[in-house]
Amino acid sequence: MALNDPPIPVIPAPIWRNFKELQEWELLHKTRPEGDKHSALFESVTEGIHSFPGGFVVTTAADAFLNWARKSSVWPVTFGLACCAIEMMATFCSRFDVERLGMVPWASPRHSDLMIVSGTVTIKMAPMLLRIYDQMPDPKWAVSMGSCANSGGPFRHGYHVVKGVDRVIPVDVYVPGCPPPPESLLNGLLLLQDQIAHFNKTGRKAPANEKVD
Amino acid sequence: MTAEQARASLASTFGVEIAAAVPMVVIVTPDRWEEVARYAKETLGCRFFNFLTAVDWKEQGLEVVARVDNLEENVSLMLKTKLGPGVNNCASLTPVYRGANWMERECFDMFGIHFANHPDLRRILLDDGWEGHPLLKSYAVDTPHPPYR
Repeated sequence: MALNDPPIPVIPAPIWRNFKELQEWELLHKTRPEGDKHSALFESVTEGIHSFPGGFVVTTAADAFLNWARKSSVWPVTFGLACCAIEMMATFCSRFDVERLGMVPWASPRHSDLMIVSGTVTIKMAPMLLRIYDQMPDPKWAVSMGSCANSGGPFRHGYHVVKGVDRVIPVDVYVPGCPPPPESLLNGLLLLQDQIAHFNKTGRKAPANEKVD
Repeated sequence: MTAEQARASLASTFGVEIAAAVPMVVIVTPDRWEEVARYAKETLGCRFFNFLTAVDWKEQGLEVVARVDNLEENVSLMLKTKLGPGVNNCASLTPVYRGANWMERECFDMFGIHFANHPDLRRILLDDGWEGHPLLKSYAVDTPHPPYR
């Protein structure tokens, strides 16, 4: 290399120490301008089958079958934030045993369908919560458990609490209580299973459920 | 050294009146803050650093409070210093008590008090990008914090 050559620009290696950089990186990789191609293709194929004479039997039965499969194996990601997590653990354990509903508390968001937000969501925790929710594959559901996650609860007028987890992620079922007992959470999970049974991937809204709405 | 002897020696050294109470409340000026802590540790044997916090007295300014204990001889001191209106600088106790490190960081986090000579004065509980110091009386709880508040 000659002496008068311009210096080779040194590109620094990415540093992960700053969480904001990581957030920007995630934002960069999250935007999908052309949308979800896979579900669009699936939708066009199912629309084709549906418009074929007699094809509606296939599509509606397939929908019902898929929803039955979805609601029979809802895997909640273990995401305990506060005292509600103790009640959630009691629900997962043998006395209230959610495994008979097909739920396996799973320690990875990548294999889970359901996030039970059990406890107070602070402003510092909210980005991590959103990140874990983003890591879960579609279709996914969220249950807001307890007063704190519903609305901020007794800490609503504090300086550090998100006033309801629905300001961060979309919520399907709200379970009231402070903390809700395991029976309450079980009722919420059963209502969630009812919702999932009416789940429709084609963009049409689910019919109103008398038990829920 | 009993509590009574500690009270007499503190009163004569720092020229303050101390009531006989548990804990003994020692009110000093901010420039003697580190000195009184060093005296409490090295002469009175108060080796247990209990806590350090602050009080916001609105227009009278901030007051820093620390409690140190001599657990062997049952001497408890509540050290107080008023920084004065509009002042948020204070001497650090970290050279005397290592346990003061995180307490002073929390105090900086919540009250915005800058401790001189502190080795690592960063926010400890709140987010790095947080604006304001929430335990000050002048902090509005509904300060916008998008997108969560």
